[in-house]
Amino acid sequence: MSPLSRLAAGTTLPVVTVVIAIIAIWYVAAVALNAPFQRDTYERAKQTDVPFSQLLSDTLVQKRPVLPAPHQVATEIWQTTVEKKITSKRSLVFHAWITLSTTLLGFLIGTSLGVLIAVGIVHSGVLDKSLMPWVIASQTIPILAIAPMIIVVLNAVGISGLLPKAMISTYLAFFPVTVGMVKGLRSPEIIHLDLMHTYSASRLETFFKLRLPYALPFLFTSMKIGIAASLVGAIIGELPTGAVAGLGARLLAGSYYGQTVQIWSALIMASVLAGCLVGMIGLIEKNVLKRMGMAA
Amino acid sequence: MERFRGNEVNTSVDNTTPTPSPSPHVGGGRSTPVIDIQNLSLTFETNDGPVHALSDIDLKVEKGEFVSFIGPSGCGKTTLLRVIADLEKKTAGDITVNGTTPENARLDRAYGYVFQAAALYPWRTIEKNIALPLEIMGLTRKEQTARIDKVLELVELADFSQKFPWQLSGGMQQRASIARALAVEPDLLLMDEPFGALDEIVRDHLNDQLHQLWAKTNKTVVFVTHSIPEAVYLSTKIVVLCPRPGRIYDVIESDLPRQRTLDLRESPEFLRIAQRVREGLKAGHAYDD
Repeated sequence: MSPLSRLAAGTTLPVVTVVIAIIAIWYVAAVALNAPFQRDTYERAKQTDVPFSQLLSDTLVQKRPVLPAPHQVATEIWQTTVEKKITSKRSLVFHAWITLSTTLLGFLIGTSLGVLIAVGIVHSGVLDKSLMPWVIASQTIPILAIAPMIIVVLNAVGISGLLPKAMISTYLAFFPVTVGMVKGLRSPEIIHLDLMHTYSASRLETFFKLRLPYALPFLFTSMKIGIAASLVGAIIGELPTGAVAGLGARLLAGSYYGQTVQIWSALIMASVLAGCLVGMIGLIEKNVLKRMGMAA
Repeated sequence: MERFRGNEVNTSVDNTTPTPSPSPHVGGGRSTPVIDIQNLSLTFETNDGPVHALSDIDLKVEKGEFVSFIGPSGCGKTTLLRVIADLEKKTAGDITVNGTTPENARLDRAYGYVFQAAALYPWRTIEKNIALPLEIMGLTRKEQTARIDKVLELVELADFSQKFPWQLSGGMQQRASIARALAVEPDLLLMDEPFGALDEIVRDHLNDQLHQLWAKTNKTVVFVTHSIPEAVYLSTKIVVLCPRPGRIYDVIESDLPRQRTLDLRESPEFLRIAQRVREGLKAGHAYDD
């Protein structure tokens, strides 16, 4: 097979095509959105008869564009990651690390909490009736409204730093895990439960030997959603803390000073981070399920 | 006695330790039945009123017997087996299993239960599936391995111990599930249409294997089926049930020899018993139409 036909057969070509299309649309949009400001600038400078090619190149190098061009964002990312020391406050890696640690802590607590609640709900009818409505209600409250409250309340009792922000991640992450695990722990067939009954297995044995393995695929799917939500929670948690550090702080600072290039590079960084985190869970999932003979 | 000949084969092949009979007078021929059911009834309360699943069941199963429950669907044959296994509770009457209540018998792990489907855990290899009840019983790893090897040999699956269930055919999966029940080393085996989902050829083969196994080990087997040839070929006693309410219509003691081969199914004795079962099913069913 020639390299070209191999490219066409795999997933590389479709992916590359989509990426190129997005970048192309992005450039067209950047020119269209930045042109009015550029024309204003020409007018004020009493410049007339500016050729279109001049307008085109000027719209793509503005300092505070409405929509920065891809190469501007790429340059900004390069400058703030590779060319800055990691310890520098202006390093995007530094901010991404802050957000990442909040995300992971929140995700860890959220997943544990989610599993714990699910175990309670599955094993107790009272908890099922009393807890489940609250679990669902918790997600109807806009996180943006409750995030500052959590920060303020925890600060008042002397907890500050990573934990309050992580709590907001937890708040978002536990929900998909609870719902997924309740479904997963309830998924064993009657015949499998009957089998455990004929062995006089205890509830604990039934849980560890039947319900938990059955629920694992559900857990991984929920964790993928949970970790992405966790990242959103971490970013939101960084907003009311006065924009000190983290990707959320970069976003907020960027919007204060109209630094759209900075906002976009933080956004790209956040999505790359989310992609990596979800991919990481996917990798663990694949390995675990393969070992269990349930290759997905 | 033919039964003793069967036992001689048994000692050399299978090393199930025969549990000491609770009754000392073996010569008297009157030992406590393994299962003793008297006037048993079971009624399910549903929204459309009570459903009489079982009504006035009287039945004794002696040690070493192979008893089949046969009847049309809805006659309560599976329900009766589930009552014996303590998977359903009776609503009236008396039942003892191994001289005690079904619940105690279950807690003592007195029986092995084989379901209609293999019900193997997909994330466990065949070996690990068989280990499942042994883990719950708290056997050491060494004892587990010894028992697993033995039962896999018995159902001819020794080469497949490391495979996952989905890598095996339906017949092999059901054999693995029988091996899992045998690993508990129960004296009583409860089987709920274990071969119902298999094709005729595989079923014949497994019937033959199950018969050899029973003849070798002197286990008591209670077997639910809706196949007449299967019931006649395997059983020493055939219980014909009929529906609405589920009750016993006929109990046929088989006088076929204890050692059997599939050729037996062409013999006049076999056909005579099969005929009686068929008539029982027909008569029991006639109420409906």
